[in-house]
Amino acid sequence: MAKTNLLDSKASGLIEHDHNNDGVNRRGFLKCMAWAGTGAFCVIEGGVLKSHALGSHMGSGMKSYKKGGLSFVQISDSHMGFNKPANPDVIATLQAAVDKINALPEAPEFILHTGDISHLSKPSEFDNVDQILKATNKEIFFVPGEHDVLNDDGAMFRERYGKNSEGQGWYSFDKNGVHFIGLVNVMNLKAGGLGTLGTEQLEWLKNDVKHLKHSTPIVVFAHVPLWSVYPQWGWGTDDSAQALSYLKKFGSVTVLNGHIHQTMQKVEGNITFHTAFSTAFPQPAPGQAEGPGPMKVPAEQLRSILGITDVNYVQGRHGLAVVDSSLA
Amino acid sequence: MTKTNLLWSAVALVLPMAVASVLVLHPTGAKGEAAASRMEVRVDNFTFGPATLTVPVNSTVTWVNKDDLPHVIASNDGVFKSKALDTEDKYSFTFSKPGTYAYFCSIHPKMVGTIIVK
Repeated sequence: MAKTNLLDSKASGLIEHDHNNDGVNRRGFLKCMAWAGTGAFCVIEGGVLKSHALGSHMGSGMKSYKKGGLSFVQISDSHMGFNKPANPDVIATLQAAVDKINALPEAPEFILHTGDISHLSKPSEFDNVDQILKATNKEIFFVPGEHDVLNDDGAMFRERYGKNSEGQGWYSFDKNGVHFIGLVNVMNLKAGGLGTLGTEQLEWLKNDVKHLKHSTPIVVFAHVPLWSVYPQWGWGTDDSAQALSYLKKFGSVTVLNGHIHQTMQKVEGNITFHTAFSTAFPQPAPGQAEGPGPMKVPAEQLRSILGITDVNYVQGRHGLAVVDSSLA
Repeated sequence: MTKTNLLWSAVALVLPMAVASVLVLHPTGAKGEAAASRMEVRVDNFTFGPATLTVPVNSTVTWVNKDDLPHVIASNDGVFKSKALDTEDKYSFTFSKPGTYAYFCSIHPKMVGTIIVK
């Protein structure tokens, strides 16, 4: 399986190779991120992530990916209740995300929310998000972020969003032949550590995928990245390697995360990692600020670095197409 | 009594009191302020400042969150744990026993600190 080229660029005019042989093409990666402001979409085929600027392919190319398959949307980090200068109106930007979803050329079948629904785990914050997302008329699957489980170890979160979940809120389901796995990595965190899945959840995951065919496409979604984005800022999960080891046998694994409020991609063997925009406020690129706190940008730029992720799967094709588009 | 006399009487009464206040209160005031600043941990830019704080037994340490995101103060061994502290929220804990108390932010566990009680 092709492992390394992050960007194809016959179509886009960019071509970069992975000289470090680690699945990350650093120059290409930055260009992909730079495009994210105006919209870029990344298509995964045969383990190769190809990135194209939006516009030239969105009209014709995207439709062909969607035919006869499955389309869903990922949103993340709505932080309802946040009101600081980085975005004093997170209600308006979440509503803009809903408008964006409702305007997609191919209506998604459902939505994944990868956590930090609320800012302070308040019932009124969850209520506001529920009210705004109702306008999508879609089924929504949630996993918690650390902001959703602040004072009660996630009891309220599970009461609202995790009735059919196991343990501290993990679960799986199948749609159109794709197996979806929602994981929780924001609880029982250890001093000095990163995100944590824990032995109980790892054991459940191992059993959950044990009987699946190797050809089953897998989508894993969780709040904190399941790859080491920037451990200095806590952007990673301590025991993610063990979780991913249970997924090695599958031909196609797509991992969707939030938490870092910016889009990033990495391909590692059969696994494609992707992080989504926030709908609330941006955070700095790894190491580009003193800390990972909310990043204030000029008001007119804010919506260009917030957004949604559209994911498409076509039966018979190997991978999933992951498309980021900003709210601008 | 004329107005001027009244004014001077007031000054005569208040001035020595003010001087006395300064003399009596200033030394302890200065000491109190210094002690208070040592008893506070600022949570700023995802770090605890100071990262290690040494205090006498029965001191009350106050954490104040200066970040735009919430933090939770939790000792590693469960001795103390705050609720989520939003911006400018404070949490205090009184240390009645000597020892070394390692703590962290339970939602951003890379943030760690230590209180040494002597």
